[in-house]
Amino acid sequence: MKIQTLSLGVLLVAFWALNSGLFKPLMYGLGTASVLLVLLISSRMKVIDSESQPLNLTKNIPGYYLWLLKELVISNIKVVGTIWRSNLHLQPALVTIKMDHLSEIGKVIYANSISLTPGTVTTEVTDNSITVHALDKSSIAEIESGEMEARVRKLDK
Amino acid sequence: MSIVATYLSWALLVIGGLLCISGSVGLLRFPDFFTRMHAASVTDTLATGMILAGLMLQAPTWIVLAKLIMILVFVLLTGPTAGHALAKAALHSGLKPLLPGKSGVLEADTKPSGGV
Repeated sequence: MKIQTLSLGVLLVAFWALNSGLFKPLMYGLGTASVLLVLLISSRMKVIDSESQPLNLTKNIPGYYLWLLKELVISNIKVVGTIWRSNLHLQPALVTIKMDHLSEIGKVIYANSISLTPGTVTTEVTDNSITVHALDKSSIAEIESGEMEARVRKLDK
Repeated sequence: MSIVATYLSWALLVIGGLLCISGSVGLLRFPDFFTRMHAASVTDTLATGMILAGLMLQAPTWIVLAKLIMILVFVLLTGPTAGHALAKAALHSGLKPLLPGKSGVLEADTKPSGGV
C-alpha cells in the first residue's frame, strides 16, 4: 500500500468524523464502508499519487500559509483603500511575467496564491511565464521582485 | 463564553461585514470586469475569513468549530480557482481590460503587453 493511500484514508476518516459528529455503532459501520468505497474508487481511477496527495509539502506549508495570510491582509487593506478613495484614478495592468522552472504543483500554488491575494489575478500560466492582471501597477512590481516565487520554490525542499 | 471572546467575536463580525460592504461598493465603482473582480476578491478572502473567525469564537462545540474551519478552507481553495477561470474565459472570449493609455486615461483598445 502506498503512503498516499494511507494519507488519503486518514484524511477521509477525519473528514467523515468531523462531518458526522454522531458516534454510534451504525454510524461507524457506514463511515468505514464509505471511506473504503472512496479509497477503492480513487485507486481504480488512479488519482492517488503525489499530485493529489503532495506529502512532500507537509513540512514547509504551514510557514508558507502564515506568510500568505500576512500578504492577504496587507493587499486587502490596499484594495479597500482604493475602493474608498474619492478619486479612483486606477492604473490597472496586464503583464506577462517570466518565472523560472517550478514543479507542476509549485506552479499551481504560485498561480493560486497570486489570484487569492486581492488586487492581482492570474489569467494565464505557461511553462515559464505567468500572465497577471493587477488593479494597480505597484502589485506587478511586487510579483516581479520574486519573493513569492522564491517561497514557493522552497516548499518542496 | 468569556466576555473577551464575545467582544472579539463581535469585532471580527462587524469588521468582516464592513469589508463585505467595501467589496460591494468596489464592485459598483470600478469601471470594468477585471477591476471589479479584484473588488469581489476582498469579499472572498478577508471578509469571509473574519466573519468565519468571529463565528468560530462563538462555536458551542468543537464539531461546529471544525465545520467552520472546513468551510474557510474550501472557500480559500475554490475562490482563486474560480477567479482564474473567470478571468481566463473573459480574455479568451475577447474582452479587453481597461488599461491606462498614453494620456493616463483608461481606454479599452490599448494593446495589452501580455495576455493571449
